[in-house]
Amino acid sequence: MSATETLPAATAPTQRGFTGRVTQGHVLRSEWTKLWSLRSTRWSLLFAFVSMAGLGPLIAVVTMGHWERLSPHDRATFDPINTALGGYHLAQLAIGVLGVLVISGEYSTGQIRSSFMAVPHRLPVLWAKAGTFAAVTFVLMVIASAIAFFGAQAILTQHHVNVSISHAPALRAIIGTGLYMIVLGVFAMSLGALTRNTAGGIAIFAGVLFVLPGLVHVLPASTFNAINPYLPSNAGGDVLSNTADPGMLAPWTGFAVFCGYTVLTLAASAILLVRRDA
Amino acid sequence: MRFVIDVRGVTKRYGEKVAVDDLSFSVSPGIVTGFLGPNGAGKSTTMRLILGLDAPTSGTVRVNGCSYRELSAPLHEIGAMLEAHAIHTGRSAYNHLLALAQTHGIPRSRVEEVLELVGLREVARKRVGSFSLGMGQRLGVAAALLGDPATVILDEPANGLDPEGIHWIRNLLKRLASEGRTVFLSSHLMSEMAQTADHLIVVGRGRLIADTSVAEFVRRASSDANVRVRSSQATELRDALARRDDVEVQSIGEGLLEVGGLTGEQIGEIALQARIVISELTPQQASLEEAFMSLTGESVEYRASAGEENEASENMKAMA
Repeated sequence: MSATETLPAATAPTQRGFTGRVTQGHVLRSEWTKLWSLRSTRWSLLFAFVSMAGLGPLIAVVTMGHWERLSPHDRATFDPINTALGGYHLAQLAIGVLGVLVISGEYSTGQIRSSFMAVPHRLPVLWAKAGTFAAVTFVLMVIASAIAFFGAQAILTQHHVNVSISHAPALRAIIGTGLYMIVLGVFAMSLGALTRNTAGGIAIFAGVLFVLPGLVHVLPASTFNAINPYLPSNAGGDVLSNTADPGMLAPWTGFAVFCGYTVLTLAASAILLVRRDA
Repeated sequence: MRFVIDVRGVTKRYGEKVAVDDLSFSVSPGIVTGFLGPNGAGKSTTMRLILGLDAPTSGTVRVNGCSYRELSAPLHEIGAMLEAHAIHTGRSAYNHLLALAQTHGIPRSRVEEVLELVGLREVARKRVGSFSLGMGQRLGVAAALLGDPATVILDEPANGLDPEGIHWIRNLLKRLASEGRTVFLSSHLMSEMAQTADHLIVVGRGRLIADTSVAEFVRRASSDANVRVRSSQATELRDALARRDDVEVQSIGEGLLEVGGLTGEQIGEIALQARIVISELTPQQASLEEAFMSLTGESVEYRASAGEENEASENMKAMA
C-alpha cells in the first residue's frame, strides 16, 4: 500500500464529547464492579458470612447438649459472647485470602496493567480497592456477627447462660468483629500488593496470623509475655472478645496496635506500588 | 509540530540486561507508524515505557507533551492493547470493559458500542478465560477504543491470529487510519507493516536502526538489488562490466550473470558499447521481508551463523 493511500484527512476523529476524567469516585465505582464481578469474591464472602453467622450458634447447640456433663469449672468460665462470635476464627481466613487475591489476582493475570493504564496515578486504585473491600467486609461481618450473637443467645436460654445485647461488651464485640475484619482484610490486601503474588501473600498472611502465635510459645516465659500481647492476631483479637485475658492489651489499645501494623504495611505497599514497574 | 509520542534518549535496564538502549524517535499525528524489530528487540518494553507502566532508567517519554502518568483522562487520549493480554480471566468481557469505563465516567452505552464494534456482543457475558486468542485480541482492541482516543497503540495485533483474524485486524487498522487517528503498532513482520504503515521505526537490540517512511524503505531496499543478466556472450560481458569500480559480477549459470553495484540501465549501456547482445535483464528486487531481515540481521539476539554477520553489516551501511 502506498503512503498516500493511508495519509489522514488531517482531521482528528470526531470527539464524542466525553468529558470524564479519572477521579477517586470514578475509581471507587470501577473497583466496586471489579470486586463483585469475580466468582472468587462471591464464594469467599459467602464462606466468610456463613462461618461467621453459623459457627457460633452451632457451638452453642453442641454446648447446650452437653451442659449437664460439663465440669463446674467449665460452666463457670463459659463465655456466651466468645462462643457466639467464635466463627471469626474461620471467617478471618476467608477474608484474609480474599484480601490478598483482590490485588495479587490482578498481577497474576496482567489485569494490573489495564488498571494502571486507565489510572496512571495508581494510588487511587489502591485506595479504592481498600475502601470497597473494607466497606463490604464491615457490613457483611457486622450483620453476620449480629446473627451469630442473637442466634447463639436464643439457644443459650436453654440453661439461662445467655446475655442480652445491652450487656456491656456485647455490642462492642459485634461491631469489633466488623472492625477487626476490615483491618485484617486491608492488612492482607497490602501483603498482596507488596508480594504481587497470591501464594506469597497468603503464606505471609497465614504466617503472621496463625504461625507466629505458636512460634512465640517456644520463647522463654519473660520474652513470651513481653511479645505475645503485641502480636497482630492477639492485639487485634482483643476488641472482639468479651473480657480481656490477663496479660493482654485493653480492647481498643490492642485494636489501635493492630491498626498501626496495617497502616505501616499499607504505606509500604503504596510507596512500592508507585515506584515499581507494573 | 507537536508529537503524539516523543521518546528521547531512553534507556531501560532490567538488572544487567539492557532492554532499550538510548532510543529516540517520535510519532507524528494522523499517520500509521510501524514499530518494527525482531522478537526481543525492546518493542514491548518501549510500549510499556510510553504507557507509564515501567519507568525509564534514563531519558524521557512524552505523550501529547506530558508524561503518561500526568494525564488526567488517559483513555480519551491514548488507547492501548498490549501483547500479553492485560485482562483478568475470571471476569466477563462486559464487566472488564465496564470497570475500565467507570474509571473515566464513560457511560455503559459506550461499552455496548465497542463490544458491537469488535464483534463480541454475543459473548460479552462469558468469562474472558474461555476466549480464544482471536477473541482476546478483539477484547483488547475494544478496551483500546473505549475512550474514543485520537491515538491508538497496538502491540503485535496480528500475533497468533488465524487468516480471518489477520484480515480483521488489517481492516480495523485501515479504518482507524481513515478516521484520522494516530496509530502506533508494533510487529516483527515486515509484510504486515508494508500493508498498513506510512512510517517505520526499526529497532534491534533496543537500539534505533532506521526511522524512515515506508516508501523510502522500499526504494532503498530495491535500489540495493542485484541485476540478473542473460547473454550468449557472458564471458565478454563479464570482462566489460568488471572494468568498472565497485562492481561485483558473479556467474550463476550457463550464460547467466548476477551483477551488483550497477542498475539495469547502466548494464544495458555498457553492453551496447561493447556490442554484446543481452537476452534478459532482471533486477533481483529484494522482498521487503529480506530487506528487513538484512537490516536487522546483526541485531538479532541469537544468530544462526556468524557467516551472515558480514553480509548483514554491509547491508546496514547501505541502508542507514
